[in-house]
Amino acid sequence: MRRKIELNDMAREERTPLIHLENRDLMPLPPPLDSPEKDHNWTPLSAQVQERYECRLDDTCAVNIPRPQSKEEEQELVRKFLSGLDKLFSVHNNWTFLQPLILTMEHCARCQTCSEACHVFEASGRNELYRPTFRSELLRRLYFKYVKRGGWLSAWQHGDIQLNWPLIARLIELAYRCNLCRRCAQTCPIGADNGLVAHELRKLFSQEMGIAPKELHDSGSMLQLKVGSSTGMNPTVVKDNIEFIDEDMSEKTGLEIHTPWDVEGADVLLIHNAGEILAWPENPGAFAVIFTVAGVSWTMSSELAAYDSINYGLWYDDAQFARVAVKHAEAARKLGVKKIVLGECGHAHKALSVVADRVLTGDLNIPRESALTFLWEIIRSGRLKLDPSRNDFPVTLHDPCNVVRLMGVVEPQREILRRIAPKFREMEPHGVDNYCCGGGSGFAIMSGNNFPDWRFHVSGRKKLQQILNAFQDSMDPSIPKYLCAPCSNCKGQFRDMLAYYDLWEKHRILYGGLVELIVNAMTDVKPGFIEWEWR
Amino acid sequence: MTAALYLLVYACALVLLTGCLIRAVAYARMPLHLRWELYPVPHEEPERARHGGSYFESPNWWAQPFRFNLLGELRAMIPEMLFLKGLWEFNRPLWFRSFPFHFGLYLLIATVALVGATALAAILAPERLSDQLLLVLHYVYTATGLAGAGLAIAGAAALLIRRLRDATLRIYTAPGDLFNLACFIVSLAVLGAAFLLRAPGDPATLELARGLLAFDTSLRPSPLQTLGLALAALLAAYIPWTHMSHFIAKYFTYHSIRWDDLPSAKAREIESKIAQYLTYRPTWSAPHVMADGTRTWADIAMANPAQQEVKK
Repeated sequence: MRRKIELNDMAREERTPLIHLENRDLMPLPPPLDSPEKDHNWTPLSAQVQERYECRLDDTCAVNIPRPQSKEEEQELVRKFLSGLDKLFSVHNNWTFLQPLILTMEHCARCQTCSEACHVFEASGRNELYRPTFRSELLRRLYFKYVKRGGWLSAWQHGDIQLNWPLIARLIELAYRCNLCRRCAQTCPIGADNGLVAHELRKLFSQEMGIAPKELHDSGSMLQLKVGSSTGMNPTVVKDNIEFIDEDMSEKTGLEIHTPWDVEGADVLLIHNAGEILAWPENPGAFAVIFTVAGVSWTMSSELAAYDSINYGLWYDDAQFARVAVKHAEAARKLGVKKIVLGECGHAHKALSVVADRVLTGDLNIPRESALTFLWEIIRSGRLKLDPSRNDFPVTLHDPCNVVRLMGVVEPQREILRRIAPKFREMEPHGVDNYCCGGGSGFAIMSGNNFPDWRFHVSGRKKLQQILNAFQDSMDPSIPKYLCAPCSNCKGQFRDMLAYYDLWEKHRILYGGLVELIVNAMTDVKPGFIEWEWR
Repeated sequence: MTAALYLLVYACALVLLTGCLIRAVAYARMPLHLRWELYPVPHEEPERARHGGSYFESPNWWAQPFRFNLLGELRAMIPEMLFLKGLWEFNRPLWFRSFPFHFGLYLLIATVALVGATALAAILAPERLSDQLLLVLHYVYTATGLAGAGLAIAGAAALLIRRLRDATLRIYTAPGDLFNLACFIVSLAVLGAAFLLRAPGDPATLELARGLLAFDTSLRPSPLQTLGLALAALLAAYIPWTHMSHFIAKYFTYHSIRWDDLPSAKAREIESKIAQYLTYRPTWSAPHVMADGTRTWADIAMANPAQQEVKK
């Protein structure tokens, strides 16, 4: 029997990872994936990666922290960490989350109730390293020892911890083994929040040490602030792409579709996750079809960052978060729209509607609305003619955490599906009790090294179980099945995970957004909007 | 000796109240954080609260009045406070240990309040207390006191055994955690023994309370009574300085974080607070933050490190 990992193991000097997972260790899956022997083997990290980067935690490496070349360099990194730790608990540096963080630090009863709610912990076969309290307990002990300057009495009361560079290096990686879905926080009897701890650790590493996964920072928020979108599309390119989508939609639907740009005084500024435009063009296309038929006064904006609703700062950096939120609001103010409607992107929903509510003051506080609410209102008003029999195939709904548990938009999407999808069935559990897709908090776009192996085997496993369970009565490949995921990030995870397990090829499980299903049911549109082709 | 015991109890009560107040004020004075609520939020409209929905489900939500459903919030709060409903739902094995412990403490607090009030009445208006009433009160606080101590001791023992026997919990357990539970068991056991083994000449509970309130040093509590009272008083004084003061924290984690969905558009005081925080000057060191100690949060939010790079 393997020895359980303990907190002080994080400070072990050796470079070998603390844990190794085998397929047989993981939570079992339902048929047809119920045989661990037939599951894919994990791609091992290359010797070069292990040599160059700090990959001492587990089987993967998400952040690629360059290995320090000397003890002095390690000590400098420890010093920086301690400096950041102090700032994390100071009012002027971290007013944004100070109260929830301190309450979590000082009042966790370490009862482990949260662990049972964590999909990563459960899917890993209950590996101690992935217990939500594991990283929190490390930060808690560091807080009492180095921020509160506790001595032996504090160590006796709160527990002691040894601090060195190996611990910090592992903690950086461990901060990126949590989807920030906050399902654990929902179950905490006291209200402590382990998801917040992962968020705050990421923030310390980014804002003080300049350490963050390149997909989130260099090719994420920095690229968005540089050219306008993390996809790399500048305004000219995005307009060209949308024009192409409009042409395609016009041909496909038999309607004349034209996406308006920079229309001053429009009622609605629609902001998509720009990833949709490149990866799933039928999604922004379907929005354009619905808005056109419903007669909505709308526009998109070609201002910097305003045609891409993503805000990766939400996951790791307050400064980057605030900058992008301000750009979104400034674009809306400039156009004088009545409201911003957020397309099918979960984290953009929470970032701009909820979290940024206390960043956008004065005339930047433009009303923000979920597309799901807006679409339900359009359908309820009878402005679209719908024939549900066009969607006569099994449909299940994935709830993006940022939309349900973290924002409370639960019913509009269900009302729509009840209206347009006669074979709609829920996953269990669902709504505010949902499970993360496994790609949350940026994981869906993080594909360095063998990180996708970890995403599919561990963080996405619980959702995979739910999907298979929802379709158990119709796994026959002759029955096309639709996994409705109204979130770009979640769709990215599903695209990769369903392909990894051949679930489209062998069982015809397709994923897509909600608007595609709506347009597929519209009688004003030529039949067959959903093409049942893998993307 | 009696005077020393009284002074200790008064001092401990003062430390308890001061400690609770310091902690509550410290949390309350922390800056308003960015919104971080978790649904369900029980003060939502009942039809939405049922499925965990929010006002974001309403079209043009900002044009509608912000309604606060107090009844809904009470319906969630009271079962949580009294019966630890969340634990019942999410960790049933722990509930069977934690609930008796907490409910036992509630009963003990009720006992202290009842005995204290009776003693105060006996000092201020003895004519109002008939023998019959005193007898009824005696039975009530004896029952609540014994039940409370029994439940709390049993619960604390069960929690302690779990902490000692469960290999996983041991990873997260500090010596202080074991000490805390042991303190409850020992102090309540001594207090219970003092009550049950009271010799005919020893003062009764009500007499002790009256003596304490009137500072009557003529009373002669037994050594067991003295020890029980001293231990209980010291334990009470110790609680606010530990994570066991989560009864204070829980108010904030629920009302100020988990259920705080107040939109700034509906509360202008939020904007003025944020405006103040935006004048803070952070000192984060990573270059992209651009916090050189002179820039405020507002400057930083308006700056663009990527375009700065372009200009270079």
